[in-house]
Amino acid sequence: MSAPTTEAERIHTAAAGPPRRRRTRLRKAGVVVLFLAPSFVPLAMFTLAPMIGSLWVALHDWNLISPMRWVGADNFRELATDSNTWRAFGNTLYYIAGYLPLVFAGGLTAALALNTALRGRNVFRAAFFLPVVTSWVVVALVWKWLLNPSNGVVNHMLGLIGIDGPGWWTDPTWAMPSVILASAWKDVGFVMVILLAGLQAIPAEYYDAARVDGASAWQRFRHVTLPLLSPSSFFVVVISMINGFQVFDQVFVMTGGGPAGSTEVVVQQIYDLTFRYGRAGDASALSWLLFAVILVVTVIQVRIQRRWVTYA
Amino acid sequence: MRDRHLFKTRLRRTVLFTALSVGALVMLFPFAWTVITSISPGSGLGTPDLIPEEPGFDAYRTLMDTLPFWRIMVNSIWIAVASTLLQLITSSMAAYAFARLQFPGRNALFVVYLATLMVPMQVLVVPLFIQMRTLNLVDTYAALIAPSIASAFGVFLLRQAVAQVPKELDEAAIIDGAGHLRIFTLVVLPLIRPALATFAILAFMSSWNSFLWPLVIIRSPEFMTLPLGLSTLHGQFTTAWDVVMAGSVVSIIPIAVLYLAAQKYVIQGVARSGLK
Repeated sequence: MSAPTTEAERIHTAAAGPPRRRRTRLRKAGVVVLFLAPSFVPLAMFTLAPMIGSLWVALHDWNLISPMRWVGADNFRELATDSNTWRAFGNTLYYIAGYLPLVFAGGLTAALALNTALRGRNVFRAAFFLPVVTSWVVVALVWKWLLNPSNGVVNHMLGLIGIDGPGWWTDPTWAMPSVILASAWKDVGFVMVILLAGLQAIPAEYYDAARVDGASAWQRFRHVTLPLLSPSSFFVVVISMINGFQVFDQVFVMTGGGPAGSTEVVVQQIYDLTFRYGRAGDASALSWLLFAVILVVTVIQVRIQRRWVTYA
Repeated sequence: MRDRHLFKTRLRRTVLFTALSVGALVMLFPFAWTVITSISPGSGLGTPDLIPEEPGFDAYRTLMDTLPFWRIMVNSIWIAVASTLLQLITSSMAAYAFARLQFPGRNALFVVYLATLMVPMQVLVVPLFIQMRTLNLVDTYAALIAPSIASAFGVFLLRQAVAQVPKELDEAAIIDGAGHLRIFTLVVLPLIRPALATFAILAFMSSWNSFLWPLVIIRSPEFMTLPLGLSTLHGQFTTAWDVVMAGSVVSIIPIAVLYLAAQKYVIQGVARSGLK
């Protein structure tokens, strides 16, 4: 604003000076509060406060009923020496190791196939994506039934071609593969859509240029598609990894962590510790351990992305 | 030469089409089998036939007698709608504040929002449960909705959209004498409609499918949502698969209908949220 020029203006500004400025400042603050409070108050109450609360609980011995007893870092120390913790993390890694390659390979194949001009493309897309919108509980129940050892349709069909199907979720060896199979089936459409969006963002000129240079279909895929698809692939890998560490719904419904703890993943362990054994302190400590692991893994992934992700 | 080329493209198309059809069959068969099982009385004792010999709706009747299924369905719908609407309102307002208002500590506060985004639900479950118990809200709608009134993810997504609205439009409105509330509702909101739609779909889906929180906080059938009702049903009818599958069919229908109606936007929305 320019300095007041006329006498009248000067008087006007001076007279209205401090009180009006304070009032506008107040009104400005009011606007900020008006816009932010509706999201900040609930976030503070139902996310920030529980976050701090969770850390507080993790430092105590507590069964949800009797008074809390301060134990400091004991819960964390106890978890580190408890074989159940290692088993839970081991099972979770097993899940990720099976799920991620399966869902990525399936999603990539579907995306590549659907990126060509093809009749009925939208019908295929709809079919592949339908499981994504279906709830985990439904998917887990349906697959539990499909993979029912005695009269499920999968073993029935295997029987028709002379194969004696395994006990699937009742057999400790096959329980985790059953969970992985159901999960990959549900999420393959999600991966497909993300990769399809990535494929469609690749400019056609790149392929034309490669063709002019005499690149074969494989070379075009290897040197144009793959590098330019790497940002979407990176997103898929990071998100799937985070979701993988948090796997719960399908395990809870299909196996409840059994048989013989063969599918006891970290979140199932957190649930069991809290609501089955009343060990809220240990459960909170385990939650923070899980959070720390996810954070570290994600940071590592962001670090090494430079080596393989190409941004056009 | 041209004939051979044509033959090759045609062959490739056929192979592709066949492969995709097999894939689609794998994706759709479990849904079909769910329906078939639900109308084959007594499933669980034997494997149902592909075409049931005596189809019947007994399983659906048992389902309705066991659980207040309509009530559960209505719960799911209204909780998903309520939390979606609430999140749209709270997130878009915060997004406007972060993109358009100047105030001290704005960046620090935004970092706080982003931090909450990274905390998994599992970390919050224990203290949230205790909080609800202290407030005497266990087994209520309020407890079901409380954690999903606001969404840091929504704020993040919508802030990007608001930032893309040209500032000149605001300035024109200011000259016309509009305040922030009017700029927000009359200028910004209509222009970020695609982002709002994307977020609405994602929020609805996540509320509709959420399981862990309802599992922890709800005991009585009259407050249950579909995923929870179904899992309870499974606990009661461990071998009556026709009843469990009838429950699955009933709970798939609403979301499937919604999805097929809004398919284009759902897929676009998911694709778009993955690019940011």
